[in-house]
Amino acid sequence: MSYSGGGRIVLNNQREAQISRFRAWVLLAVPLAAILFQVYVPQFFHFLSYLELPLLVVVYFALMRRSPIQGLLIGALVGLAQDSLLGTKNPLGMFGIVKTLVGYFAASVSVRFDVDNVLVRLLLAFFFFVFHQFFYWVMARALLGQQVGFDLQQTLLIGLLNALVGISLFHFLDKLRETV
Amino acid sequence: METFLNRYRNLTVLLLVILAQLVLLAVQVKNDQDVRMIRIWTVTAVTPAARVVEWLRGGSIGFVRDYILLHDTHQQNRQLQSELNRLKLENIFLKNELNTADRAKALGVFQEHTASKTLAANVIGTGAGANAKVVFVDRGSASGVQRGMAVVTPDGIVGKVTAAYPTASEVLLITDSDFAAGVISQKSQVRGTLKGQGSPVCKVDYVPIGEKVAVGDWFYTSGDDRIFPRGFPVGVVKSVRAGQPFQEVYLEPSGLQRGLEDVLILIEGVHQAIPDQPVANQPVYIAPPLPVADQAAAQPIAGTEADKLRAQYKAVGEAQKHTFGEGPPGTKPPDFTKLGSPGSPPPSAPGSPASAAPLPVPAQHQPAAGASPSVKPSPPKPPPAEAPVAERPHVE
Repeated sequence: MSYSGGGRIVLNNQREAQISRFRAWVLLAVPLAAILFQVYVPQFFHFLSYLELPLLVVVYFALMRRSPIQGLLIGALVGLAQDSLLGTKNPLGMFGIVKTLVGYFAASVSVRFDVDNVLVRLLLAFFFFVFHQFFYWVMARALLGQQVGFDLQQTLLIGLLNALVGISLFHFLDKLRETV
Repeated sequence: METFLNRYRNLTVLLLVILAQLVLLAVQVKNDQDVRMIRIWTVTAVTPAARVVEWLRGGSIGFVRDYILLHDTHQQNRQLQSELNRLKLENIFLKNELNTADRAKALGVFQEHTASKTLAANVIGTGAGANAKVVFVDRGSASGVQRGMAVVTPDGIVGKVTAAYPTASEVLLITDSDFAAGVISQKSQVRGTLKGQGSPVCKVDYVPIGEKVAVGDWFYTSGDDRIFPRGFPVGVVKSVRAGQPFQEVYLEPSGLQRGLEDVLILIEGVHQAIPDQPVANQPVYIAPPLPVADQAAAQPIAGTEADKLRAQYKAVGEAQKHTFGEGPPGTKPPDFTKLGSPGSPPPSAPGSPASAAPLPVPAQHQPAAGASPSVKPSPPKPPPAEAPVAERPHVE
């Protein structure tokens, strides 16, 4: 089985969609590390606050597992953990709901695309980052009544940056997959 | 159901997870008024449903209450409507009774204060002619009414009796075109002849040009016509126009302003002074009522001369154990030689014609023109008529 990715972007059928497997500690350690990075590293390197590593991890595992339920559960757990570590002013559930939807939709689209393709990964990472930011903004306004703004250009730019970082992260995480 | 869940398992799990996190979010978050979002969402979600349920419940109960349980509402409505109509009629009746009582009180006061002997009567009908200003009263020749007697009210003259029947009389109103009476103005003592016009306004004729008659002046009877005693109010001047060879003075009769239901027939007219003030402005003194204990004792002798006479006759009858109105014809009457206190005139024989008595005009009591009206002469009571009123007139 090759994980280098071919020239195809869209799969012909769902049978071609291969399910990647990970060790249990990988499923625990990687999201935890991403959350810790998200929480603590920006305190020392502020420019790294634009990186949304938990989101990229959720997208990666959802794409690789190709299971919507597993994807949404991973997203929910990572999101709730992120909410828990962001302080008491951030209510539990905001990142949880958003990342649940991201994990679900990422797993749902993974059965149609060749997620080993670099371009697909780049596009999906970019798309789900924008979706994540936009839906969080909608929920903040609708559910919390917060008058927060949404800078589309900045979101697109940061999304592209995260997508590029995501390509590298995904390549690194590919090394942690179990081989069948 | 199981098939449905299996088919949409992913979506179901997604919705459950999202819902759980929404609940978690709602439990934590509070709005500006420190109310948790879950409470707001719950109330917002439940209230419309509760409102719908309450609307359905209220509508159902209202439908049952308004349309099913009120099957006899129509009958109750009819009963209430009937009762309402009855109460309206009763209210009108009571108002009429009150007005009648007021008029009767006014007539009573007037009877007590006027020197003329009067007989109260009720108007029971009007004349049949279209232009005739004629009414019928319920007193006739049997009560001593004769043709030519004056008919007045406390407010002014009304007319004169043109025909006396046994139980009723015909009264020609002063608004009739055939009516005429001598009048005199209050301020300038201008004499004239009152004539009816067939309309609510009467005309004072034969007032020479140059005589001072102004709008608002009061006219009183002058006594020249030998029908109306001097000093009864006639009306107030409404317009004065210069004419040839006399002024055209129109006045509004004061005796007909408050309707015509109860009148007084002057059985014996007595001239009196023309007051200084109009009738409406004259103060009327009404004595306070007697105490309850004294009313019973004072009752028999209160009222007119006829009442006093009646009380005296009744006392004589009771003293001789005679009950009036009982016994066959020919029964021995009481001994009336024992009647009366000193000074009380003996009653005249009933049924003697009063028409033979001319209108008493005691010249010695006529006030001179220009006499001070503040000192109202109190003419002595005229001698009892030969045809006295047997009983006090019934005033309703």
